[in-house]
Amino acid sequence: MAKGWKDLPIGGMILEAGNSETYNTGAWRAFRPVRDVDECTNCLICWVNCPDSSIKTNDGSMVGFDLFHCKGCGICANVCPRECIEMVEEAQMADVPEPPEEPGRAGGAK
Amino acid sequence: MSEFKALDGNAAIAEGMRQINPDVVAAYPITPQTSIVQTFSEFVANGVVDTEFVTVESEHSAMSACVGAAAAGARVMTASSSAGLALMWEILYVAASTRLPIVMTIVNRALSAPINIHCDHSDSMGARDAGWIQLYSEDAQESYENLIQAVRIAEHPDLLLPVMVLHDGFITSHGLERVEVFDDADVRAFIGEYKPKQSLLDLDAPVTYGPLDLTDYYFEHKRQQVEAMRHAPAVIEEVAEEFAKKFGRKYGLFETYRLDDADIAMVVMSSTAGTTKAAVDTLRADGIKAGLLKPRVFRPFPAKEIADALHHVKAIGVMDRAISFGAMENAGPLFLEIAAAMKIYGNDSLIKDFVFGLGGRDILPSEIETAYRTLLQIAETGGIEELVTYLGVRE
Repeated sequence: MAKGWKDLPIGGMILEAGNSETYNTGAWRAFRPVRDVDECTNCLICWVNCPDSSIKTNDGSMVGFDLFHCKGCGICANVCPRECIEMVEEAQMADVPEPPEEPGRAGGAK
Repeated sequence: MSEFKALDGNAAIAEGMRQINPDVVAAYPITPQTSIVQTFSEFVANGVVDTEFVTVESEHSAMSACVGAAAAGARVMTASSSAGLALMWEILYVAASTRLPIVMTIVNRALSAPINIHCDHSDSMGARDAGWIQLYSEDAQESYENLIQAVRIAEHPDLLLPVMVLHDGFITSHGLERVEVFDDADVRAFIGEYKPKQSLLDLDAPVTYGPLDLTDYYFEHKRQQVEAMRHAPAVIEEVAEEFAKKFGRKYGLFETYRLDDADIAMVVMSSTAGTTKAAVDTLRADGIKAGLLKPRVFRPFPAKEIADALHHVKAIGVMDRAISFGAMENAGPLFLEIAAAMKIYGNDSLIKDFVFGLGGRDILPSEIETAYRTLLQIAETGGIEELVTYLGVRE
């Protein structure tokens, strides 16, 4: 439960540094990026272009999306040279759990 | 020791600013405010004050620079009028919502068009919902003393709200008066040192000002502003009491003049209250029980206090130096506030509005006396022929 007016700092001031990380901007998302792991070559062009640093990587591999912060802008899907990221309406994804991180090298690197 | 000087209203404000010695002044010239910042800039150039004077390209920038400086923890002042205030509009709200205790003198002047440099209250009345406290001054002395108190009011920890100090363009701003100027040390002791709780320059406790504030938090911040405004009347009276102890004159949320036993009364702000006092004296000499109520604090509006103070009056006239176009009967903002207050706080006296003095049109004691006689007729007959009349307009 977010704080009420009596407990919030006045004037919209934010008193802690770097706390934007705790802000669930993923709640704004209307479309969710879904990756075809088999088609992905880990070129990381999505990682370069994502404006919200929401492409998760491990050891040079794309391992998933940070859906807590991803706003669903679709830039990753747009720049993907293999067109292996699809933007799916959140309404259709309501019952689909967030996919687990894909450890290590995935997709085309096999 | 205080000293009596021959000063016009703007020079009195500049003297007050010199004594307050703010950290930052960002301002842009506009008639009839110009002589305030012009005089003050001389103090800066002569090293009389320690102020960082920021010259800017517009009033929008002036208020923006004030916001930045205040967020950095500075004691900040500025001044403007009319179109200048209008150009600040967006940033007026930013200053109030960000809870920055900026003190600004507004020399009241009509808004264009057609262009007019003389007094009415359409500029500051338009800003009445921006979240600033507004203190209206009858003369140069009041303006100077309101300015000193404004610093304490704005910076009060329960408030942290910006304050406008207002006086009438040319009438007060350029009229030479006998003004008591207090000792510099006494003024500085009264306002004290400004120690902001947070500051952008405090590297040990970094803060963010002015973040994006969407559906999930904005409403709470507006509610906080309401709470600060609710505390304001008590703070204004507390500061006034301390001021009276130190400097002598007692200020309240409003002033009354021969009101206690009045059958008819006029409500009027700023310099015209002085003219109206003369009219009251003339009418009293004729045996007419006339009185006056002069609001000093328009924001926050002391609704219950004013409704109660006018409770015994049979017919009330409100003198508005602005029009709220398209409002009920196209009345003025002061009338609308008082009429609403009377309904809510159980005052069923008769009330009527007199719009006057737009664009600096002179208002004579005889015209005010005539308006009082209209009130007398209303009190006797119980009938109001016209809810809003325009005093001094040519038919």
